[in-house]
Amino acid sequence: MDLPLYWVALIGFAIINFFLVSASVLVYYERKVSGWIQNRPGPNRVGPWGFLQPFADVAKLIFKEDISPTASSPFIHSLAPVLMVTIAMTTAALIPFARGFVIVDTEVSALLVLALTSIAVYGVTLAGWSSNSKFSLLGGLRSSAQMISYELAMGLSVLTVVLITGSLRLVDIVEYQNGPGAWGILGWNVFRAPIAALIFIVTAFAETNRAPFDLPEAEQELVGGYHTEYSGMKFGMFFLAEYVNFFVASFVIVTLFFGGYLLPWEDALLSALPGLKDSVLLGVLQVLSLLLKAAFFAFVFIWVRWTLPRFKYQQLMTLGWKMLLPIALANVVLYALFFTFKALLGWGG
Amino acid sequence: MSEPHTLAAPADDLFTFWPRHQEALYARLESKHAWLEERHGLGDGRVHDALEHEMTLNIGPQHPATHGVLRAVVKLDGETIERCVIDIGYLHRGTEKLAEHKTYQEFMPYTDRMDYIAPYAYNVGWCLAVEKLAAIEVPERAQWIRMIGSELARLSSHMLWMGVGLMDAGAVSVFLWAFQAREDIYKIMDEIAGARFTVSHSRIGGVANDLTPEALRLIRDFVDRYPDIINGWRKLLTRNRIWMDRNVGIGVLTADEAIALGMRGPNLRGSGIAHDIRLFEPYLKYADVDFTIPTRTEGDSYARYLCRMEEMLESIAIIRQCLERIKPGPIRNDDGRKAVVSKDQAYYSMEGMIQDFMYTSEGVCPPRGAHTYAAIEAPKGELGFYLTSDGTGQPFRARINTPSFANLQGLEHLMEGAQMGDMVVLIGTVDPVLGDSDK
Amino acid sequence: MLASFIPLFLQILMAAGLAYTLLIAAKKLGPKRPNAVKTMAYESGMDPVGTARDRYSVKFYLVAMIFIVFDVEVVFLYPWAVTFREFLTRSPQLGLFVLGVVGVFLAVLTLGLVYDIKKGGLEF
Repeated sequence: MDLPLYWVALIGFAIINFFLVSASVLVYYERKVSGWIQNRPGPNRVGPWGFLQPFADVAKLIFKEDISPTASSPFIHSLAPVLMVTIAMTTAALIPFARGFVIVDTEVSALLVLALTSIAVYGVTLAGWSSNSKFSLLGGLRSSAQMISYELAMGLSVLTVVLITGSLRLVDIVEYQNGPGAWGILGWNVFRAPIAALIFIVTAFAETNRAPFDLPEAEQELVGGYHTEYSGMKFGMFFLAEYVNFFVASFVIVTLFFGGYLLPWEDALLSALPGLKDSVLLGVLQVLSLLLKAAFFAFVFIWVRWTLPRFKYQQLMTLGWKMLLPIALANVVLYALFFTFKALLGWGG
Repeated sequence: MSEPHTLAAPADDLFTFWPRHQEALYARLESKHAWLEERHGLGDGRVHDALEHEMTLNIGPQHPATHGVLRAVVKLDGETIERCVIDIGYLHRGTEKLAEHKTYQEFMPYTDRMDYIAPYAYNVGWCLAVEKLAAIEVPERAQWIRMIGSELARLSSHMLWMGVGLMDAGAVSVFLWAFQAREDIYKIMDEIAGARFTVSHSRIGGVANDLTPEALRLIRDFVDRYPDIINGWRKLLTRNRIWMDRNVGIGVLTADEAIALGMRGPNLRGSGIAHDIRLFEPYLKYADVDFTIPTRTEGDSYARYLCRMEEMLESIAIIRQCLERIKPGPIRNDDGRKAVVSKDQAYYSMEGMIQDFMYTSEGVCPPRGAHTYAAIEAPKGELGFYLTSDGTGQPFRARINTPSFANLQGLEHLMEGAQMGDMVVLIGTVDPVLGDSDK
Repeated sequence: MLASFIPLFLQILMAAGLAYTLLIAAKKLGPKRPNAVKTMAYESGMDPVGTARDRYSVKFYLVAMIFIVFDVEVVFLYPWAVTFREFLTRSPQLGLFVLGVVGVFLAVLTLGLVYDIKKGGLEF
């Protein structure tokens, strides 16, 4: 990026604020959607259609007493939620929002996404350990086991994408998916690597601790798991991080597999309307397209959460290690072989 | 049983009950070790891993998965429950003792508070026991009404079991759907009895009031709509991969084990023993209606799930038959010494007023020395009342044989060796109501 | 190259700043009325038995160790994945050779996984 640093900082700040607000909107969205699923109206008291409910919740959380257990380690106890929010907000900055509109544009953005997701494990584990409560400890251990198990399959499904696009840069990955002319959306990676897409979506659920993979929280068995001992805004920060995380996960899914910010049939559209190219309108449309796609996946996240029962620990580990990992591995080999034979036999371009 | 359960505590020791109880409980967790080693074959030669370390954890009484105030003290090895001790009594209200100081009719509302999920069945159970004790006949219409009420209670109980069981497994939506369905049952109860939750509709010698046309309409509507809805739930759950994985092969009880542990109701039927009081010792009019007892032989949590789901449909079929067979007629025994007189008589005739007064102050007086055991098939299994009369209007002794209490005996056995994630499913599958087990 | 990371660090700083602000705001604005029971660790309404800082079953670490092994190997695959198609366009024969090298690597990896599963390292 050639922008001056303060400009970058300003955009970054805007992105953080955007995700702060979008987390609130998502909370509202989730509660409404779950309300629809459960034949009830959902929040409808604070503000028009209950829209201000999440903001009221935040206000409540800030003014609540912050209880830290006597036996806890105070510093780590406070560090864990800070870590969670920081990681969630930082990952958000890696996503390309429109052509040329990305804050952190590095050669290895895809790796960075994976790296930051791994750090999130520490937040959960530290929270579980520092509370010095057994339920928290169990939640923390479960989550570390779960997150590391699914990271492998996640890494391998990203690897497939990298193999196809030949770049770790998210912007390149998005641009690669721009199908020429009438091919349009068929250029999206989800059509090039459907299995990898499926595995990535499943592992994204696991990595963000969303149902049916919400074992670390598991309200019924572990009473909240790693955040059993958190109250007030510290709990609110875990909550915030969860929603930002799954929204960011939706963005990453879209970026890697569903054409990112690209408009559907963007190539065809641009050749039909040449004036659109390099215009601000295109940028706005791209941001909108990304947001819509991400909102759809956020909906899927919510939909699944309110439909499926939770996995059991062994099921989860078995699924991760014995199903997803071998399939992802085989998938990578398959694509490598395919490309080799394609080159050897001289098929296509 | 460990010693704190013996009652011979000196007066000054009363305040040390709690610490002694705790100590005994944790000690029991340890002393089970030898038995467990034998059971898991750890005793013969296998070296216990020195790096494995167990953690003692209290699950309950204040825990979201324990359906009230059940307390399970578990010893965890990783995610595996090595040992488990169940502690109940946190909702003990001395119901049996209370019965000795109430007339038979006065005690009936207390039965509402035992299994508060299916109060109607408990009212009926109590009234049947007293009627057997005092040889009181009940008009036919009242019996049909009681049957309808009892089956609605069964539906209500099984719906709550399903909702809570699924919520414990993480599917919160089903819980709310189940409560919506139960809301319909509450509405019917409201129309039948005037109370939604603690119905207290049954009376000794009959029922409090007749079904209103509105109540009949609501019940018909319910019977028409719900088979589809229940089948919809079954469609969602029965082949659901996650739900199956969490239930198939979990908490297996063989037929022998189920009998040895004294399991009742669906827990017994899930293990292949088709025992149902409604069929084998028919009470009310169950001999006159057609129904089957869903039974599975697998004995696991999934079998119990299937049994209960089918039982719901059977209950609806029974209600449908009741509605066909029910005929106009009296709803209470006409004898003023055996059943409370109607409000009309109490208000407008002298005899009625006197009978009402006598009934309220003294009540039915079974013959001195009479004793009886009467059991019904409550939603959770056999519910029995053992009553002894000393010739007054109050029971000399009342003992209540509750299904939840019996079923909880099996929970320790089910939990040991299970996973932490199974725990919630197992508590759900046993379907305890602590008001019922703690009395 | 490194310059492209500066926005990342900036973002981390700002995100941490936000988190810290939230933490401090809650600390300043919320009431503080702790008591012995309130600050006791939660154990379903009972006094906690023992401590949560005790040694705990080691099985989990086995998974962690297996993870480390596999994760490192997956990381090794990334450079290959980025450049593989370039190799192929340059010369398919060279690509085939590279695939063979990686294939051996992957075979060892798969063998390791199969061994783990057979050995029961992934039984929970």
